[in-house]
Amino acid sequence: MPSGGEAPAAITSPASSYLPGFLSTLNDAAKAKVLSVQEYATLAWNALRFIFARPFYGGDVVQQMDAIGVQSLGIVLLTGFFTGMVLALQSSVQLQTFGATPYIGRLITGSMIRELGPVLAGLMVAGRVGSGIAAQIGSMKVTEQIDALNTLGTDPIKKLVTPRVLAALIMLPLLTVINDFVGILGGNVIASLYVGVPSGLYWRTVWEQIASGGFSMRYIPNDFIMGLLKPFVFGGIISVTACYYGLSTTGGTEGVGTSTTRTVVASSVAILVVDYFLTQFLLFLFTP
Amino acid sequence: MADEPRDQTIAPGGTRNRPDAALDGEPRRRIEDDERVPARRAADATRGALGTTRERRVRQAIRDELSSHAPSDRPLAEEEGPASGAVIELERVHLGFDRPILEDVSFLAQEGETIVVVGESGTGKSTTLKLILRLLVPDSGRVYIDGQDITQLSFNEALRVRQKMGMVFQGAALFDSMSVYENVAYPLREHTALSEEEIEERVREKLDFVDLDPDQVMDKLPSELSGGMKKRVGIARGMANNPEIMLYDEPTSGLDPLTTGTITRLIMKLQRELSVTSVVVSHDIRSAFRMASYIALLSERRITFFGTPEEMTGTDDPYIRTFLGGF
Repeated sequence: MPSGGEAPAAITSPASSYLPGFLSTLNDAAKAKVLSVQEYATLAWNALRFIFARPFYGGDVVQQMDAIGVQSLGIVLLTGFFTGMVLALQSSVQLQTFGATPYIGRLITGSMIRELGPVLAGLMVAGRVGSGIAAQIGSMKVTEQIDALNTLGTDPIKKLVTPRVLAALIMLPLLTVINDFVGILGGNVIASLYVGVPSGLYWRTVWEQIASGGFSMRYIPNDFIMGLLKPFVFGGIISVTACYYGLSTTGGTEGVGTSTTRTVVASSVAILVVDYFLTQFLLFLFTP
Repeated sequence: MADEPRDQTIAPGGTRNRPDAALDGEPRRRIEDDERVPARRAADATRGALGTTRERRVRQAIRDELSSHAPSDRPLAEEEGPASGAVIELERVHLGFDRPILEDVSFLAQEGETIVVVGESGTGKSTTLKLILRLLVPDSGRVYIDGQDITQLSFNEALRVRQKMGMVFQGAALFDSMSVYENVAYPLREHTALSEEEIEERVREKLDFVDLDPDQVMDKLPSELSGGMKKRVGIARGMANNPEIMLYDEPTSGLDPLTTGTITRLIMKLQRELSVTSVVVSHDIRSAFRMASYIALLSERRITFFGTPEEMTGTDDPYIRTFLGGF
């Protein structure tokens, strides 16, 4: 009986032989999907809980923070800047019809900090880092290096997965902050060059937008909380998904390619879907 | 090389080194058909995803229900446990994934012996090694290391048992992001509290043992090494912690005849000088005959021959004669 292609372990269920062929295929496929979800969740839980377990591979965490954070800086700067510029350009047309061009700063800030910054940084990093992690761990799996780690008495979750997850959880909010800032800066460039909004006015409206969201604990703008919680979650999604597909790679080099593709697709889709639900939740929390 | 004579009944279609009741009249404990071992699949690469003991028990309960067998009773009194003196013992092991891979496999390795497991490709030879390492758990049957049943252990306890063993993988499985020095030092860093100088001394000693020049290879990355050198570094890493058991997965495959001879001599040197117990999985009959105390032939999911190399050449069994070919 065929089982779902993505499950690391096949379930063969002799009891389902009483079902007609098509239904038993469906049965196995459904069970395999549920098993994948279960194993993904267990991997995520273990990866997080081993942050506090011994041995803790601090050196690996720092190394991964460099690979995930520092080396993604370039694309984040570039994409953030151009996104801000395009946003300014497109919105200026609409704003002009209402004579509301001075509000361009508020529009760009609101969009970048709440939505575009986290989501775009997440998607960029998912593509770059997610594929890298999946490829690396997948190659290790097919060349038996994961088995070698087990043989040498190291838990591969503690050694490989937890450092990557922790590094992503730390680095993605930082990258998002940078993304937001260069986006707003790009908007500033277009605003002053094409829209005729002077920089002083622009940056004042940026601050007004941030303040208008309200403050928690007196000093922390709600927009910041919303805008940094999202990348925190996205970082977790990207790293756990990449590690999950990497660890369940089978089938040699072709399998590594498949894992890499699946990681990028799955984490990108997950980011967009979770973004919706997170936004709902955060708006519920922070709107009076 | 055995210390005591063994009962060897060599017959086509069913030979084990522990003849069962039908052949010599001695009573043996039979493992019941529906006796289950918990945690079927400890494929430890995603072990973290497969969860703790409680989760495994829940899953086992679901499997029991799905297969509509009675829930397993705990095995009753251990009237007969592992054979004494055996370093490695597999007792009536069954294992299968989508299809059965091993059925009713038993064998024994005493201290200092080298057992070579031969058989056609895909018959489950590497799976046997993974069972000994407890990277896989049998569906039924037991695996004993030094008299301890490892099939029931938790993940962390199993990690500790593995420190007694060194494994050399088929492609050497060196960590390709680390240099040769870091690879060989890895088990030392993980499990010992040796200082850097002591680690370096041990790494050099092991690289010397495998006939590599430490100064030349220590800083190289695995991608810069030839196949034979990778295998030798793999052996050095496997023995870094001075284990009492060494496991080799096709150590000589893909190597030229000269290097094959070198690796074979190395395995025999390990056996002679350090009296490690070795289990070697190999296709190479010539080197198997050189280094084996006993040869186990795995075919049709069972061990159909277990005996010394001389007995194997002397047998009349047609399958074995074909297998040996023109040797």
